[in-house]
Amino acid sequence: MKDEISRDDRVANLKGMGCSRKRVEDARFTQGKGNYVDDIKLDGMLFGDFVRSPYAHARVTNIDTSAALKVPGVLAVLTAADLAPLGLHWMPTLAGDKQMVLADGKVLFQGQEVAFVVAVDRYAAADGIDAVVVDYEELPVIVDPFESQQSDVVLREDLVALDGSIPPGAHGPRKHHNHIFTWSAGDKDPTLEVIANAEVVAEASMYYHRTHPCPLETCGCVASMDKVNGKLTLWGTFQAPHAIRTVVSLISGIEEHNIRVISPDIGGGFGNKVGAYSGYVCSVVASIVTGKPVKWIEDRMDNLMTTAFARDYHMTGKIAATPEGRITGLWCHVTADHGAFDACADPSKFPAGFMNICTGSYDIPTAFLEVDGVYTNKAPGGVSYRCSFRVTEAVYFIERMIEVLAIKLNMDAAELRRINFIRKEQFPYKAALGWEYDSGDYHTAWDKALATVDYAGLRAEQAQRVADFKAGKTRKIMGIGLSFFTEIVGAGPVKNCDILGLGMFDSCEIRIHPTGSAIARLGTISQGQGHATTFAQILASEIGLPADSITIEEGDTDTAPYGLGTYGSRSTPVAGAATAMAGRKIRAKAQMIAAWLLEVHDNDVEFDVDRFVVKGSPERFKTMKEIAFAAYNQAIPGLEPGLEAVSYYDPPNMTYPFGAYVCVMDIDVDTGVTEIRRFYALDDCGTRINPMIIEGQVHGGLTEALAVALGQEIAYDKMGNVKTGTLMDFFLPTAWEVPNYETDFTVTPSPHHPIGAKGVGESPHVGGVPCFSNAVQDAFRPFGNIHTNMPHDHWRIWQMANKLGLHG
Amino acid sequence: MAKKMHIKLKVNGKEEEFLAEPRELLIYTLRERLNITGPHIGCETSHCGACTVTINGKSVKSCTMFVAQADGADITTIEGIGAAGNLHPLQEAFKEHHGLQCGYCTPGMITRAAKLLEEIPSPTEEQIRFGMAGNICRCTGYQNIVKSIQAAAAQMNAAREAAE
Repeated sequence: MKDEISRDDRVANLKGMGCSRKRVEDARFTQGKGNYVDDIKLDGMLFGDFVRSPYAHARVTNIDTSAALKVPGVLAVLTAADLAPLGLHWMPTLAGDKQMVLADGKVLFQGQEVAFVVAVDRYAAADGIDAVVVDYEELPVIVDPFESQQSDVVLREDLVALDGSIPPGAHGPRKHHNHIFTWSAGDKDPTLEVIANAEVVAEASMYYHRTHPCPLETCGCVASMDKVNGKLTLWGTFQAPHAIRTVVSLISGIEEHNIRVISPDIGGGFGNKVGAYSGYVCSVVASIVTGKPVKWIEDRMDNLMTTAFARDYHMTGKIAATPEGRITGLWCHVTADHGAFDACADPSKFPAGFMNICTGSYDIPTAFLEVDGVYTNKAPGGVSYRCSFRVTEAVYFIERMIEVLAIKLNMDAAELRRINFIRKEQFPYKAALGWEYDSGDYHTAWDKALATVDYAGLRAEQAQRVADFKAGKTRKIMGIGLSFFTEIVGAGPVKNCDILGLGMFDSCEIRIHPTGSAIARLGTISQGQGHATTFAQILASEIGLPADSITIEEGDTDTAPYGLGTYGSRSTPVAGAATAMAGRKIRAKAQMIAAWLLEVHDNDVEFDVDRFVVKGSPERFKTMKEIAFAAYNQAIPGLEPGLEAVSYYDPPNMTYPFGAYVCVMDIDVDTGVTEIRRFYALDDCGTRINPMIIEGQVHGGLTEALAVALGQEIAYDKMGNVKTGTLMDFFLPTAWEVPNYETDFTVTPSPHHPIGAKGVGESPHVGGVPCFSNAVQDAFRPFGNIHTNMPHDHWRIWQMANKLGLHG
Repeated sequence: MAKKMHIKLKVNGKEEEFLAEPRELLIYTLRERLNITGPHIGCETSHCGACTVTINGKSVKSCTMFVAQADGADITTIEGIGAAGNLHPLQEAFKEHHGLQCGYCTPGMITRAAKLLEEIPSPTEEQIRFGMAGNICRCTGYQNIVKSIQAAAAQMNAAREAAE
């Protein structure tokens, strides 16, 4: 047989890995035909919404629902008293704590769910909410985690024994009634000794403020209990639909096979949609009670005030070095404000997530990290906002410590990084705090970044600017923000990563159809990452069928294999690996079919792009399309019919993407206004599946980093009132505030991942936050700034300038 | 409950007539009453623009307008801008230049961009960024949205020139 087209064309036709395949998702989204949870309409569907607490800490002495029940359109009002007989007034959290579904005797944060009003539509529900009368007795409010650990006020009375003693929590002994856990990594005494004896020690205390992922679509669900068949269907904005199914089963007692969880299109997640929220539980109960489907959709204020805050870490660090700048030790203590319930979304054994990646990209021989988790009267959550479990905090910490050390040493911060980087030949590198970094080539990336931006030229320009400023020739100063980050993503190996006891593997199941197209289902769920596009590319390269002939389906627990979902940049490292491995199983069977069809031994054929060829005789081949048909119409001795495979992939290690970012910023000291003149981002995410999508992820992650560094925060006043509950106060950058980014890359494949990919969705956020912050702080370095907390909004930058005496 | 009002609208070329409470918001009318679910709710305070529609030739955030205020209006939503087989150049360009990710802001974004290109057929990057500042996207960082709008503008202008 003769080839009709060239091998290069055959490769191109697959639209496999490495090409910028256009997204298959876009047709429906650009036409307004997406199907998000609020688009779901079912016959007789009701709408549920919450009565929420105006107080941050108060006793609930009475809830009177009688007037609400008389409001036209209101069918039911649920309170903790209604849920208690079912044991559903509290629910377990992902962090080993429990939290109130509805206020049980008291409220612990502003906006807490007190009652659930079920009505025929949103307007009637709102009327019902207005008519519920709740009596509160105010209690002292604590919004400061340091004060909390000293206070006599007991926030969580349920966690204090009758004799007043404090039983241990899920992560060991508790030091105070408002203390949750102490968690540590590394060697304490050797680290203290290195620091005590070091010639140079730099210290800093920094607060990584509370913020929120704030996807454009809020959280929501539709619960529909089919009482005839005993089946519960739950549509919702779930980043982990299978885990939600298991959780719903565990807390409701409904057998898992009778629960179908469906994540439809999701309007962004960024961590917000990992957790289990009261709205889900109440919707399920309301559907059971009323026998009708019940929808619950957060409004924006509900979303910002109550579900899924991120960060809120008070970090203190000491970094020891030789006078030449070689780092010898790192000590870090974190006071972690977890709010009213410990509902942080981390793997069970990691109450501070992967904060112990805080030695960063540097070869630091000795280190110690200790984290104290503390209760306050703030909303629970603690999700990883566009990052793998607390990696943004860790990277911010080390990238600030490096800058502070550079100031102490009077050294260039780029050079200080360079002399301390883990060297290429040291990988796999075992870090002092326990992780084994899979691969990296930091010096190459750093040199490329600095050369591209003409770093030396920028420093010269900055020196001139300082001179001009001091001479009164300009009121604008210039900052050069640097960051070099190493992420730890792809959670994770079942041996040490689980959520509620569920190992953090992921899965892919493939069915090849007789005519040579396919469907693959995964345990993950896209929220904008383009899985339907990129996973088909992985498969196209693995099984030799065009990506355009492969449907990718996620999010329906009745059809998709079990997986732990999409967050922490785990889809490509874990589900992507499962996809490749399942594809290889398909290929292995296809090889046997091809050999039988070609009447040669299995070992005499080899895979080539889209076919198996007889070794040495490329004119003798069977295409994958032909093989697919043969799988369904030939009786092949020793082989079952059909062509299907499933893989559950337990990753042997995390993956460690890295990158080098540079930001050039001008700052008007009189207005505090920042202007980002240039932003260069080099990312190394290992093997690149779709460069267009990678670039899009980098643009988006950097923009969320800009937001966090330059203004976005969830702020409370002393009474526990949320001061940033709408998009008027909570900063989401518009096109007007955002610069154009320059993207670049190096490729250092992961040695343990089947295709070498490491994941990229969160890298730009993790690396971007310190880069923007460092740019601001670097601008003020010549004037005496050592460390100033984020967010660097215009007002706070003006204050920085003022404090440093730059206003004359 | 307040007395219901008699409302007439023209939505994507189709006449609609119904009784509605004065407090009913236009986004609710579109999504719940008329089943036009392209416009989305992101904030309900006019900040995010996910609910953007065109009313009598102007871009409007339908989450903060009562349907009573729109009585008699001619309304276009994303569903009226282009459909399979007859896509608007912006719909093609957003796909071609990766101008969307989760897709939630996209209907409002394209609806606004279509209006912007009527107001300014050949906008500069600055005009695009300013003209689109009422529409928030959490995924893309806007760079590819700007690129998509520029590409669509170029294509529409070329098509216009060819037609003249």
